[in-house]
Amino acid sequence: MSTTQVIFLITAGVTLVAAVMTVSVRKMMHAALWLVLALMGVAVLFALLQTSFFAVVQVLVYIGAIAILIIFSVMLTRRIVQEQQRPMTRFWWLAALLALIVFVGLVVTLSGWQGFYPAQQAVNSHPEDIAALGLALVDPVGYVIPFEVASLLLMAALVGAVFIAIDRKGGRR
Amino acid sequence: MSFWADPYRFLLEWLRSLLMGLGLPADWAQVVLFIVGAFALGTSALLLVIFLIWLERKIVGRIQDRLGPNRVGPWGIFQTIADIGKIFTKEFITPNGVDWFLYNLAPVLSVGAVLMLWAVIPLTMTLYGVNLNVAVLYIIAVGELGEMAVILAGWGSNNKYAVLAAFRAVAQLISYEVPLIVTLLVPVMFAGSMGLNDVVQAQSIWFVFLMPVVALIFFIVSIAEIGRAPFDLVEAESELVSGFNIEYSGLKFGFFYVADFLHAFTIALLFATLFLGGWRGPGVVQYPLLGFLYLMVKTSIVYFVVILLRASLPRFRIDQMMNLNWKLLTPLAMIMLILTALLDKLLPASMPAIRVAGMLAMNFIVLLALNQILKLVESRNPRPVVASVVRPVARPPQIQSVQNETGTSS
Repeated sequence: MSTTQVIFLITAGVTLVAAVMTVSVRKMMHAALWLVLALMGVAVLFALLQTSFFAVVQVLVYIGAIAILIIFSVMLTRRIVQEQQRPMTRFWWLAALLALIVFVGLVVTLSGWQGFYPAQQAVNSHPEDIAALGLALVDPVGYVIPFEVASLLLMAALVGAVFIAIDRKGGRR
Repeated sequence: MSFWADPYRFLLEWLRSLLMGLGLPADWAQVVLFIVGAFALGTSALLLVIFLIWLERKIVGRIQDRLGPNRVGPWGIFQTIADIGKIFTKEFITPNGVDWFLYNLAPVLSVGAVLMLWAVIPLTMTLYGVNLNVAVLYIIAVGELGEMAVILAGWGSNNKYAVLAAFRAVAQLISYEVPLIVTLLVPVMFAGSMGLNDVVQAQSIWFVFLMPVVALIFFIVSIAEIGRAPFDLVEAESELVSGFNIEYSGLKFGFFYVADFLHAFTIALLFATLFLGGWRGPGVVQYPLLGFLYLMVKTSIVYFVVILLRASLPRFRIDQMMNLNWKLLTPLAMIMLILTALLDKLLPASMPAIRVAGMLAMNFIVLLALNQILKLVESRNPRPVVASVVRPVARPPQIQSVQNETGTSS
């Protein structure tokens, strides 16, 4: 077994355990931190694929920004943090059964499709050509419209946040 | 290849052949080498802190007209080692009601986040942890891990002062990340790569001469990002009873302390790498080890300025700090990014003298304009006087009479 496989197995195991813990621990804060660990595991998987750009972006966007946001929301809603109820309802077994049935159904359906058995593909020798990614994002025949629409959406969110936060009575803040 | 030309490569090849000789497969030998390298880099960085703490105490002492540590060893140089011995023997105190795991994770994470920065910094042309081609993004991502450490310490301590300080810290760190990212973009733009070794290699002219204003913004913002004076609201001792690390003691407090000092040196290292040409200097091609010396000299100068600022400036208020960031540094960084990009396209790259002169002129004009704008703003909204009126001080009568006599005689 090569080192890559060993590291992959360890990382995959940690990621899966962390994902399960995210939805099953009682304290919200701990759930958020388990989520951070799971996302970190995904970042390591990206790094193993030698796409360090995606690994770093994964850390930057998910762990940095979103994790801090989650932790903020958890910390500011104190009552939820202290809630010591069971995180599951009485019908958890029903949900698990449904999920299992859907999973088995999907696997059975998809097994008829040939893309389900991936042949080993040659990895692109320059997997992280960041310049190509950047050019594609601003290329008129590439992804310039989705890119601009996304930026417009973010701008709208920014303006909305300012509008909500601003003091319209003209008083001193 | 001789040993003295490039000892790092020499040792690496020697160790690899040793491991291969022991019958280890090539990829496992590589993993072992990575682990050994990480340990060596991390340990030497942490050992450096011992010296840094002594140095900073000594310099700050001189600035404040004291002697600083002077008892243990010559010039008190072993004072920190004595302190380490003391801190190791202290009891591990875990207060009641803390979140045990988070409380203990936070100090480790805070040191780890700093040490992770060292992985991408090229110490010489050939000596670096990893030549990551997205090193600049990595630096920002790792910086956010440091923020996580502060949050965890504040929340895990189960103390309201600690949580308050953590909130402040996060507000500060997230806000100052915006100009930090924008200023980091400019060297990346000039080098055409996000890898730090490529950035250094692109600096045939040091970037500080091409973009002094950007370098200045980066310097200010990085000091704010590590939460050092005058931006040390994170651990405002006088207001928050030492801030997010109030519940920590002994070795766990020592972790935060070490992280703080190491972080200050690391940003000086980053500044030297990004703007002062890193390991560049005469003769580095034949003897890469010389580059380490050059880098350390540049870093020491920057680090000295960081200490000097810490010793001489009072702490900002939180609203002043936010104003400085959002109303001055962020817009200025954005304007500089756009102007630098435009001017770089206009000036011919083949004539470095004209390029440097044009860039310097542009930076100078921007600074002048900024000065005028700030003056205008200040004259429109004069700063309210917060001090009270000067009241006469009660003095004993005989001193008053002596003063009157001297006043009349002179």
